[in-house]
Amino acid sequence: MDLGLDVTERDGYAVLAVRGEVDVYTAPKFRERLIELVSEGKHRIIVDLEAVDFLDSTGLGVLVGGLKRLRSHEGDLLLVCTQSRILKVFEITGLTRVFSIFDSVDAAVSG
Amino acid sequence: MIDLGEVVELQIPARAEFVALARLVVSALAISDTTLGDERVDDLKIAVSEACTNAIEAYGSADSGEGVVVRCRADDRRLEVVVEDRGRGFDPAQLSGHPPVTDPDRLKFERGLGIPLIRALVDEVEFSSTREGTAVRLVMRNTSPGTGWPDGNETGGRETRA
Repeated sequence: MDLGLDVTERDGYAVLAVRGEVDVYTAPKFRERLIELVSEGKHRIIVDLEAVDFLDSTGLGVLVGGLKRLRSHEGDLLLVCTQSRILKVFEITGLTRVFSIFDSVDAAVSG
Repeated sequence: MIDLGEVVELQIPARAEFVALARLVVSALAISDTTLGDERVDDLKIAVSEACTNAIEAYGSADSGEGVVVRCRADDRRLEVVVEDRGRGFDPAQLSGHPPVTDPDRLKFERGLGIPLIRALVDEVEFSSTREGTAVRLVMRNTSPGTGWPDGNETGGRETRA
């Protein structure tokens, strides 16, 4: 099982497009990539979850950790997600009120 | 399709890379042997993933040599999935809750979301934990034709503890 993690730049944001399944096996790679971006000085990050097929609590943990890290640098982490099966795990855990979740990267960069 | 009531058992090494296999087997069984819709199969996949993740973490080391058993039984009313490990047990009632999402301290909690997810996603859940290991029993009830609700239950899940 491979996790795709592609980074592009967009209007001052690093856009991390995640592809595949995020679980206990793949989450460490996702966490490392986020930490790398922050270390490179990218403190405004959009995580695009549109090509994610599966995400459980380990993936939520990576995102919560990323948001915490970015906020400590006065930055922010925005999410792009329209898939109901992925949004559902954010809703159940109350994290829809912690993260700013947008319908598209365009919507995220324009706030 | 398997015979009603027949048990399908999968034993995976207690390693992270095998959790996807457990999800695959359980979801394939749910699709072929139940009337659960796609959304409920997705719910079950998350619950199985969380239970297997906890089972692997119960062994406490990356490669304990131990296994996790996933046992499934479907009949015409429900699908039952039991995830068992022989690691150190835990008491789900003792898990600390998270601060409200409006509290900035909420971001200190990157873990501990798995069991709340399980509780929210399945119709019944039962945790049986001792020093010899833990069994998590997950039940999804088949949807009654036309109602969109599990048989005989329109109010959501319930939880029991052994």
